Amino acid sequence: MKVFALLLALMVALPAAAEPTPAEVQKIMQRDFHPRGQATMERLAQDGVQRVCTETRDRPPAEVAKALEADQMKTITYPQGSLMGDWKRGETIAQSGRGLTWNDKAGEAGGGSCYNCHELSPQEFSHGTIGPSLRGFGKTRGAGADLQRYVYGKIYNAKAYNLCSQMPRLGLSGTLTPEQIKDLVALLLDPASPVNQ
Amino acid sequence: MGCAAACAAQAQDSAKEIQRYRQMIAEGSPAELFELEGEALWKKAQGPKNVSLEKCDLGRGAGVLKGAYARLPRYFKDADRVMDLETRLLYCMTTLQGRSREEATKRVFGTADQPSEMESLSAYIAAQSRGTKLDPGISHPKEKESYELGRALYFHRAGAWDFSCASCHGEEGKRIRMQDLPVLYKPASARPIIATWPAYRVSTSQFVTLQWRMNDCYRQMRTPEPNFGSETTVALIHFLTATAKGETYKGPGSKR
Repeated sequence: MKVFALLLALMVALPAAAEPTPAEVQKIMQRDFHPRGQATMERLAQDGVQRVCTETRDRPPAEVAKALEADQMKTITYPQGSLMGDWKRGETIAQSGRGLTWNDKAGEAGGGSCYNCHELSPQEFSHGTIGPSLRGFGKTRGAGADLQRYVYGKIYNAKAYNLCSQMPRLGLSGTLTPEQIKDLVALLLDPASPVNQ
Repeated sequence: MGCAAACAAQAQDSAKEIQRYRQMIAEGSPAELFELEGEALWKKAQGPKNVSLEKCDLGRGAGVLKGAYARLPRYFKDADRVMDLETRLLYCMTTLQGRSREEATKRVFGTADQPSEMESLSAYIAAQSRGTKLDPGISHPKEKESYELGRALYFHRAGAWDFSCASCHGEEGKRIRMQDLPVLYKPASARPIIATWPAYRVSTSQFVTLQWRMNDCYRQMRTPEPNFGSETTVALIHFLTATAKGETYKGPGSKR
């Protein structure tokens, strides 16, 4: 009886202070947001990756991460032929932070926002530090076919390699076209790219 | 290659320059101009009822402005919900002045040429909490609920780029481009930041509010747009302010 009363007291006391679940938060956001421009309400629906990363504060159990990363790997499609584009165009794409916001025009070429988080060309001082420095990336690693595939895949869907990475899934989300991703592959791997000077 | 030493020196120089620039903008803030405009708007009879906002109760009693901002967000019994300053002002515009929500929220975020009514009012009212310790409500069940929602939202990943607030504001010592990113769920980082909002933003020559800050973060997170004064935006502001609790309010400040 005492235990029952205690349990009852807990049940009454807990809801007020309990943190809402991701599903509850999603419902509240669905109520509190409105679509604007190309930013539609579907964007608030969490997929499995977002939900697991929210629930685990970006530290998913290894088994769960492995399984979901494998699923994400299946989303990556590679274009035919060489994956090396033009590093000069890649540099422009890396500089641009446009794309997919409610005040960007739908269908207009977006950017990769790369410099927001990464150091790339040494000439650009204004770079962020959320992601690792990519300066000299190809210099030590070369530019082989496997590496091109890795870089292309990582930009297309970073979550296939590290489930709760803070890096957007730039190909899968439709932010960058396959051509643009190829140009970024060249920015990182082309021996002539300033990144590798 | 040859760049290494020269580039490092140049990067250090630009870091110093940025530091100097930040100090400069902190010292000479034009926020006062917005405060004056806000005072005029506070006292201006408007709306179908043709009355001013001077009887608006911001939590300290009708018309009491001294220290009111520092105690927001908090629960308001008349509205039966937690409100931040802007949400409360909107409430007073609709109840006291009889204005429609549509009309009163038509232009909540202004431009460099034309600040919004909400921005000027925020400047005026926040300024009267200078020297007061931040002390938002966190005892009422609805305040607790709002705080918990705000915290959950801070870590909630959503949108086309999978971001949460913590994607950028989650780790110490990180930057976007040259902008330092405060880890706002930790008191040490939240305190100096929240204590200077709302603020004049030098890069856009605009006076900006916390509702604007939440809105523009979500824009960059590639989500749809949050409703002005919604439970979501208020909960986030509530969580951030509660995290900064105890800091002496120093605003309205300046941002880069």
